[in-house]
Amino acid sequence: MNLFEIIQFLIEQLVFDYTVRTVALGCAVLGIVSGALGSFAVLRRQSLLGDAMSHAALPGIVIAFMLTRSKSSLVLMLGAGIAGILGTLLFIAIVRQSRIKEDSGLGIILSVFFGFGLMLLTFLQRDPDSRQAGLNSYLFGQAATLLVSDVITMALFGGVALLILGLFWKEFKLLSFDRDFGASLGFPMQWLDILLTTLLVVAIVIGLQAVGVVLMSAMIVAPAASARQWTDRLSLMVVLAAFFGALAGMGGAALSSLGDGLSTGPVIVLCISAIALFSILFAPNRGLIWRWVRRGRNRRRLRVGAVLGDLRTLALQHDDPHHAHSIEVLRAMSLGRGGVEASLKVAQGRGWVTEVTPGEWALTDAGILETERFVSADLGVTTA
Amino acid sequence: MSAAAEIQLIAIAVAIACALPGVFLVLRQMAMMSDAISHTVLLGIVIAFLLIGSLDSPLLILGAASMGVFTVALVELLNRTQLVKQDAAIGLVFPALFSLAVILISRYARGVHLDVDAVLLGELAFAPFDRVTVLGIDVARGLATMGVILAVNIILITLFYKELKLATFDVGLAAALGFSPALIHYGLMAVVSVTVVGAFDAVGSILVVALVVTPAATAYLLTDKLKRMLVLAMTIGALSAISGYWLARVLDANIAGSIATMTGVIFGLVFLFAPDRGMLSLALRRLRQKWEFAQTALVIHLSNHEGKPSWEHERRVEHLSEHVHWEHDFAENVVQRAQQNGLISRRGNELSLTDAGRLRAQEALVA
Repeated sequence: MNLFEIIQFLIEQLVFDYTVRTVALGCAVLGIVSGALGSFAVLRRQSLLGDAMSHAALPGIVIAFMLTRSKSSLVLMLGAGIAGILGTLLFIAIVRQSRIKEDSGLGIILSVFFGFGLMLLTFLQRDPDSRQAGLNSYLFGQAATLLVSDVITMALFGGVALLILGLFWKEFKLLSFDRDFGASLGFPMQWLDILLTTLLVVAIVIGLQAVGVVLMSAMIVAPAASARQWTDRLSLMVVLAAFFGALAGMGGAALSSLGDGLSTGPVIVLCISAIALFSILFAPNRGLIWRWVRRGRNRRRLRVGAVLGDLRTLALQHDDPHHAHSIEVLRAMSLGRGGVEASLKVAQGRGWVTEVTPGEWALTDAGILETERFVSADLGVTTA
Repeated sequence: MSAAAEIQLIAIAVAIACALPGVFLVLRQMAMMSDAISHTVLLGIVIAFLLIGSLDSPLLILGAASMGVFTVALVELLNRTQLVKQDAAIGLVFPALFSLAVILISRYARGVHLDVDAVLLGELAFAPFDRVTVLGIDVARGLATMGVILAVNIILITLFYKELKLATFDVGLAAALGFSPALIHYGLMAVVSVTVVGAFDAVGSILVVALVVTPAATAYLLTDKLKRMLVLAMTIGALSAISGYWLARVLDANIAGSIATMTGVIFGLVFLFAPDRGMLSLALRRLRQKWEFAQTALVIHLSNHEGKPSWEHERRVEHLSEHVHWEHDFAENVVQRAQQNGLISRRGNELSLTDAGRLRAQEALVA
């Protein structure tokens, strides 16, 4: 199969295969919601809060099952949500009331809640009835078992979360960028904080079923971190993050249907990680490749300027601005920076220097002007 | 040795071995790095396994530990581009590497004893079945491994105690004195990685975080001295290990989960009841300060008006509600307390200052 055929096959799967289509739709919903809400978490430096919340959800799921004996995903999601919010409130209390820092607070909540959940889960599993409760699927996610009803539930909850995000857009923006200013305007920042955090919990709970506790944090962080590279505008960032999330969700779901042993959760995470890597490297302006190109160009420009400056210094000693000098002298003056010949060739191409005799170079009239401009503009020095 | 004793010994060894580097991670505010490392070392194990073809080689630990250090380096590389913040960098790196590990396992290492469940959750209960002979003595493999790792950790931290302390509390000074903070940093991360790998079998990767972070953070609430914090963290870790084991036994539940729960319980108790920094003593101190402050305000008020024409009017208890804006009951309460402390004396509704009261007012005004 060549690449084209693989893509064709994937699209056919997405369009015609009922299971794949359901899974892909579910994962796309997850990607949209977690991408949009994750943007705020990443901007507010709470990237790892998502990780802690998703782990903290486990005891909630188990207790919800113990209390109701129901395996309906709605009940379990509710339990997960309550535990997630509880974990976050405890985290805030620990960090505010004691000298324990955020990183340790997150570590404590994450590991203790998860350990407690695990203890309850294994305690419960002595009872054979609950062994098939499918609770294990929350650890790694079971995207492949998503039903249409699950997807509808996910879309419903996610839709409400996004609606609230839209309604409080201005307030959340204020909360993320200038909390004190918002408070001085009389907005209840504390409540807005809790509301936004609750929405993040909703996004996480939606995702647990698909990608599981361990990998959920990637769905919060990666789409947002990718989108951040492409834009400085919050609105565009949120839309882009949702788009990247959806793309990774659908792409991952389709790709994982290709082969045996490709579980959906990890494949989705690899997809979104690839998008993040691509963004960090290639996004215009911010991307690393652009930065390297820009840096290289600057360095070359500086080198040419330095050689022109050296030629001018030499020429000034001869009362003749066009006096020619050997390339060896210029090399010595470049203090081992190298690239003298290349710089001369570049300057020659621009008509700034001429090779009077082989190996002997002199400034042209245009070159003298350029040197003046370079020395005054780029070094901030005025010529004598 | 009985299986129960052996399991408890392993748990204690894991807890102490984790608590030692944990103290430094907590102090350096890098606790979540242990979460990242504990996930990504799986990739190291898988790659080493695919290269070597065996799960018993010590090279596996080496491969896993280098993946831990690689993770830290990758996070710092990302952070240094300034394109993503440190927390986001951690959140990007470890899920990606972990996913890669999960896929590699399910595609190329299936059927081998390397299932993700065990790595994540650990199953201490089975540890006594896996035995090795060391120096002619038959012990559980987990006990031998953790014993060695624990010994190495203790030796390294004793040897480099001064350097670690310096690099933790004053990076600038450490660099100026010629100790490379980067070297110490990566050394510490290597120790964390090796410990995490060793603890894998016993408690699983997520609960390693509980043993690395929670006892150290608990100890942090109890003392300001580094040495005492190390000892306390080890003790709390060991206590969690033993109590967690028995909790698991009573409930017939996962041992690692119960140990993590116990670290949380101990943390909660300390958080609430610690002598200096606990919530309870903070609340009590605030309450005491409130009454102390009110009494001081009362004596200052009285001394302001003492011997002036307004004195007869100002010394009356009911006047406090008008002038100092105290509720009637509150004012009565303050007056009673001040009387008990010998700061004022009272006749009917009229108050007068004692010498002690005058002194208190003077001291408060001077300060």
